[in-house]
Formats: sequence, structure tokens, C-alpha cells
Amino acid sequence: MDVNAGDALPGLDVKVTARMVIMGASSSRDWQPQHHDHAWAVDRAGTRDIFLNTPNQGGWIERYLTDWTGPLGRLGKMRFRMRRSICTGDDLSFGGVVRSVTTDDAGCTWADVDVLLSVGEERATECVARIAIPADDSDNPWDRAGDAWTPDAPGPLELQSQRKD
Amino acid sequence: MARAELTEADVQAWVGREHEDPPADIVCERGYILHWLEATENANPLYWDEFLAERVTRGPIAPPSMLSAWMRPLQFVPGRTEKRMPLSLHFDLKQALDLPEGIVAYNEMTLGVPVRPGDRIKTTQRIREISEPKTRRLGTGRSWIIDVTYTNQDGEVAGVETYEMFAYRREQA
Repeated sequence: MDVNAGDALPGLDVKVTARMVIMGASSSRDWQPQHHDHAWAVDRAGTRDIFLNTPNQGGWIERYLTDWTGPLGRLGKMRFRMRRSICTGDDLSFGGVVRSVTTDDAGCTWADVDVLLSVGEERATECVARIAIPADDSDNPWDRAGDAWTPDAPGPLELQSQRKD
Repeated sequence: MARAELTEADVQAWVGREHEDPPADIVCERGYILHWLEATENANPLYWDEFLAERVTRGPIAPPSMLSAWMRPLQFVPGRTEKRMPLSLHFDLKQALDLPEGIVAYNEMTLGVPVRPGDRIKTTQRIREISEPKTRRLGTGRSWIIDVTYTNQDGEVAGVETYEMFAYRREQA
């Protein structure tokens, strides 16, 4: 897989519906009411509407990344900060840019990718993910285990807003 | 109200506290995985093509980001009189501080061995830090950081998650 720093991932646009929010909560087995009960979300939690839960956002981000890498891409590490709730009715857009491509001492090739989930002009969720990609046609990141699978090896993985450079 | 009398030292005494939940109520299985794929409209053939899964991952696996789904308790179990909460340490702390609402502000996930159908996950949680009281748009409360380690029935680490929570009480109108 030929990947270079600065490469942009294809965009993804999703209309957030109540079904999507509730299905996301259900599939992650998260029955906190703010993810399925409109009245609770608005009157009790103080949010605009029911909103995507954390694991489901992680699931969407992984799906976004593996749409790009294909099935050999293996997520190693992911960080995300949710700056605003993503609610029913929102038009959600995913974008991503490769920050760096490195190979660790075990020979695993990692792509660090900045991913942004935005709603209109607002930055809803800021993410950085580290995903293993095949170094060549014979490499399969899923074969790695033990000392050959070290997602922390390439070094710190800061969100864009945390970066000093 | 007793909870309002907690000193800062009482609150900070929770830092470093560790709790191990019992093994999960559910085991990893295909139906849950399909529901996750449905919810994220995930067409990755690794999860739909069993021959590809055999070749690439030596059999079926769950999407790695699905990790936390495997630890959440069933909402009903015959004979169980006390409701189990996921991330029980978080809910215990919310209750101790009398902060009824809570949101997740930040999540970090470092992934280990894949979770496979038949695996049963166990979690260990540890409170890393608790903030001073703060007021945000949603209300007044505190944020805290909890690390959660997920292990399978063989003791292999499937992942470590870090959550930054904000627990709060809404301002009175």
C-alpha cells in the first residue's frame, strides 16, 4: 500500500438519524438514556437531542479508516476528543489526512492519520489514529503478536490540538 | 447532606483506586458483530467473507473498536437483584460525589489481541486523576480519567481504554 504523509483520505458524509444514534448505542450495548431517549437527553442531560455515543463514534472512525486501507489495515491506537455532541439531524462529515508513515523495530508499518468529524463548520470530534498497513505484498499486520505488535512503539500520538510543532 | 461534606482529600482518595469487574455476561458472537457492522455501515470484507477472514486473521474476529461492547452487562438476568453497571468504578464515583449526569469527553484505545467469537472479556478499571470542581455549559461537576484494561479468558490483553469523563449536576433554572 503506497501511503505518504500529507495524503488525504476520501471524504465520507453521513446524515445522522435517530435510528443511527439508537442503533449505535444498541450495538455497543450502551443503554445510557441520552443515546435513545429524546426527553431525557433534552430535559435531564441538557443536550440538544440524543447523540452518538463514544463507542459508536470509535466504530465509525475505524470503518472510515478501513474503507481506505482495506481489510489488511489493523487499528493499533486511536484517540479522540468529542468537542460537541453529534445529534439527530446533524450532517456529519469525515475527513482525514496522513500525518506520518513510520516503520518500527519489528518491521511494522504504521500510518498516523488525523481524522476530523465535522458538522457544518464545527469541529465535532477530533481524532488521531495509528493503523498498521502492509509494508509489502507479503506483509499482513494481523499476523503480528507479542513484541511484533507494539502500537506505542512509534512514539507519542497527540491530537492535533495537543501538538507542539 | 453528607455527600456535600466530602473534603478534597476524600475526593482525591479515589485516585489510584482499582476495581475488577466479574467476567462479562456475554461472550463475543456473530450476532453482536453483525449489529455493530450494521450500525456503522461497515462493509469491510474481513467481517463479511469467512474465507478472507480465515486467510487474513485465521478465523473470524470482532472489529477492534468494538472492545467496550463486550464488557457491558445484560440489563436483565434471572435472579440478579442488583443492577450491574459498565465501568462500575465511574458510576460509584458519580454516586459518591452526588453528580447525577455524566458524559465522555475523551477516549483513547490501544488495541492488543483481537477479540474472537467465544471470547469472554473481563475488565479492570483504575482512576488516574480527578479534577478540581469546574463549571461547563452543561453544569457544575468534576472530570476524571479512568483507565480500563480488557483481558480475555486466557489473560491476554485485548486492549486498554482511557476515558475522560465529566460528571455534573445541572444548574438550577
